Amino acid sequence: MTEALLKVENLKKSFPIHGGLFGRQVGEVKAVDDISFFIKKGETLGLVGESGCGKSTTGRMLLRLLEPTEGTIHFDGQDLTKLSKEAMRKMRKEIQMVFQDPFASLNPRHTVEKILEEPLIVHGVKDKGVRKKRVRELLETVGLNSWHAKRYPHQFSGGQRQRIGIARALAVHPKLIIADEPVSALDVSIQAQVLNLLQDLQKEFGLTYLFIAHDLGVVRHISDRVGVMYLGQMMELADSESLYESPKHPYTEALLSAVPIPDVDSKQERIVLKGDVPSPANAPAGCPFHARCPKGMEVCASVRPAFKEVERGHYAACHLYD
Amino acid sequence: MVTPVLDVKKLKTSFFTDDGLLTVVNEVSFHINAGEVLGIVGESGCGKSVTSLSVMGLVPALTSKVEGEILYKGENLAQASEKRMRQVRGNEIAMIFQEPMTSLNPLFTIGSQLMEAIRLHNKKLSKKEAKQQAVTMLKKVGLPRADELINEYPHQLSGGMRQRVMIAMAMICNPQILIADEPTTALDVTIQAQILELMKKLNEETDTAILMITHDLGVVAEICQRVVVMYAGKVVEEGTVESIFKKPSHPYTKGLIQSVPDMRQKKERLFSIPGNVPKPGSLPIGCQFAPRCSYAHEKCLKETPYLKALSIEQKVRCWLYEDEKESIV
Ligand SMILES: Nc1ncnc2c1ncn2[C@@H]1O[C@H](COP(=O)(O)OP(=O)(O)OP(=O)(O)O)[C@@H](O)[C@H]1O
Ligand SMILES: Nc1ncnc2c1ncn2[C@@H]1O[C@H](COP(=O)(O)OP(=O)(O)OP(=O)(O)O)[C@@H](O)[C@H]1O
Ligand SMILES: [Mg+2]
Ligand SMILES: [Mg+2]
Repeated sequence: MTEALLKVENLKKSFPIHGGLFGRQVGEVKAVDDISFFIKKGETLGLVGESGCGKSTTGRMLLRLLEPTEGTIHFDGQDLTKLSKEAMRKMRKEIQMVFQDPFASLNPRHTVEKILEEPLIVHGVKDKGVRKKRVRELLETVGLNSWHAKRYPHQFSGGQRQRIGIARALAVHPKLIIADEPVSALDVSIQAQVLNLLQDLQKEFGLTYLFIAHDLGVVRHISDRVGVMYLGQMMELADSESLYESPKHPYTEALLSAVPIPDVDSKQERIVLKGDVPSPANAPAGCPFHARCPKGMEVCASVRPAFKEVERGHYAACHLYD
Repeated sequence: MVTPVLDVKKLKTSFFTDDGLLTVVNEVSFHINAGEVLGIVGESGCGKSVTSLSVMGLVPALTSKVEGEILYKGENLAQASEKRMRQVRGNEIAMIFQEPMTSLNPLFTIGSQLMEAIRLHNKKLSKKEAKQQAVTMLKKVGLPRADELINEYPHQLSGGMRQRVMIAMAMICNPQILIADEPTTALDVTIQAQILELMKKLNEETDTAILMITHDLGVVAEICQRVVVMYAGKVVEEGTVESIFKKPSHPYTKGLIQSVPDMRQKKERLFSIPGNVPKPGSLPIGCQFAPRCSYAHEKCLKETPYLKALSIEQKVRCWLYEDEKESIV
């Protein structure tokens, strides 16, 4: 077995909720609640789940853009949670992130050229000519042209901005890329180009990806294994073939049935989830999904199911498999 | 005959840039009837957002030029005053923007932004009533702990939560036309299904016309009645959802439909249309898609194709269909 490049254990993050007259802390949001997973070198792990379930928070903690409340993150044998700020800054050459909201993550006052040069400068590329050449290469890699280099972010369309974000992540040849919804702003034809590109880069440079996305078709296409999150917890994790063909968790089943199919004749049976999404500030006891689960049992309301192997390499947190 | 609630005629939007005047929306025409859902799909950068921003009067006046007619119930918005446009935007035409952070103010709480939108629409409401409405609307778009969320700032929300706040803000004033620019891209499929239901309900109950910009062909199949396919600032195909999915005619439309990764089976490599969108203005004549088209012949490079009606249901801008009988519409 190839070694794990990234190993996350019992990771947690809570955010305080302030309220009342004096802005006192009145509670906390358990954005990520005790999740564990690993990613092997050269592998792609897809991460899907309800909006607000903690996917971006997980991604940001891996880079320590957010400090974990608890847990460990081993990257290449080193525990990132123990690194000093300076050591972590150096580590960011190895781990890069493509952000979900491209507009919010690109400096509006800088040209694209400057935006792409910045990581090169930070990580010690001194020769200006080399940097300019790299910028042109990067733009071409993501399907933009060199005439785009002198433009500012607001002069681009949403999908074009997303590609600038991808180019920036690629700039310093990282080992691990955390891609947070990297293709959701792209039309299907550019999306296909970017996905093919990510796969080519992976083959060529042995890149490893954590790929966060909503589009289950995209995730199936790109991922070797897929994890499904709900309300801060990992509900199911398996290789993509068995997750899509024989999902174990009722939440995964509901998710798969809700995908709109690009076919006017397709009549799929949709599992409609009842009830409201519970609040992460007031997470229910037991299984976080129990109130909406079509297969819920009595035990689900009181005991949190263990995340365990239910079939070879197929993990799920569900009392159906006790 | 029904008169459309929005009738856009030969809309042309250009930007003044360092490279000169760049036309990014080039004589685009389409209409939407009351109660109809029209989809716009097309390559990233082809002008979908600029089209909708032009309709809303939101392209930067100093650096751009908007030509053509934008008829809203017969009134030409392209000629309307800024004062009138503000009225239209608050009440009659609402928009859900592609990137929520561009339209949520980071300095104000979610609640104060929603309440402002509500009170702009209905000045008689008390602060308390407005707050109540805000909470109700947040619940409708599936947001948990709405009572607390209204006191939080945009950066405290996840991407999909922000997007739903935007959707709540746009739907709260029961607009005549709702322009939704990639409204569900940041949402997981179960919430997406819920939002689409909500839109359908708004559309059916209040006859709101919806202009749905999306690259998700699944969403198009689910909610739209007609589709406009754009490429490089032009409409290249237009038709009912049935006709576009069953008989895509423009080689670009065919390519789009082929590029979708299928959740039901895994392919080694995705089909992708070779090449890139041309730089605006770089191909003054001929078909803009010709350099990437595997069916292109000499004429495609030399003469600009026109939008031809193949049937009552479908129009296409492509020389491949030159010899087909034009259907009278
Ligand atoms: N303010 C501006 N100045 C100059 N060019 C601009 C400006 N805004 C947009 N453009 C250009 O206009 C073209 C159309 O942009 P638009 O945002 O409408 O694309 P889009 O179809 O919405 O794409 P996407 O699917 O990626 O959102 C793009 O080539 C873009 O670079
Ligand atoms: N800075 C913050 N302060 C307080 N709460 C936060 C903060 N950042 C995130 N949260 C909360 O943590 C939870 C998880 O957010 P996160 O952004 O990780 O979700 P996500 O899974 O990426 O969702 P989406 O798919 O919508 O992007 C949400 O309930 C959100 O409100
Ligand atoms: Mg997110
Ligand atoms: Mg756009």
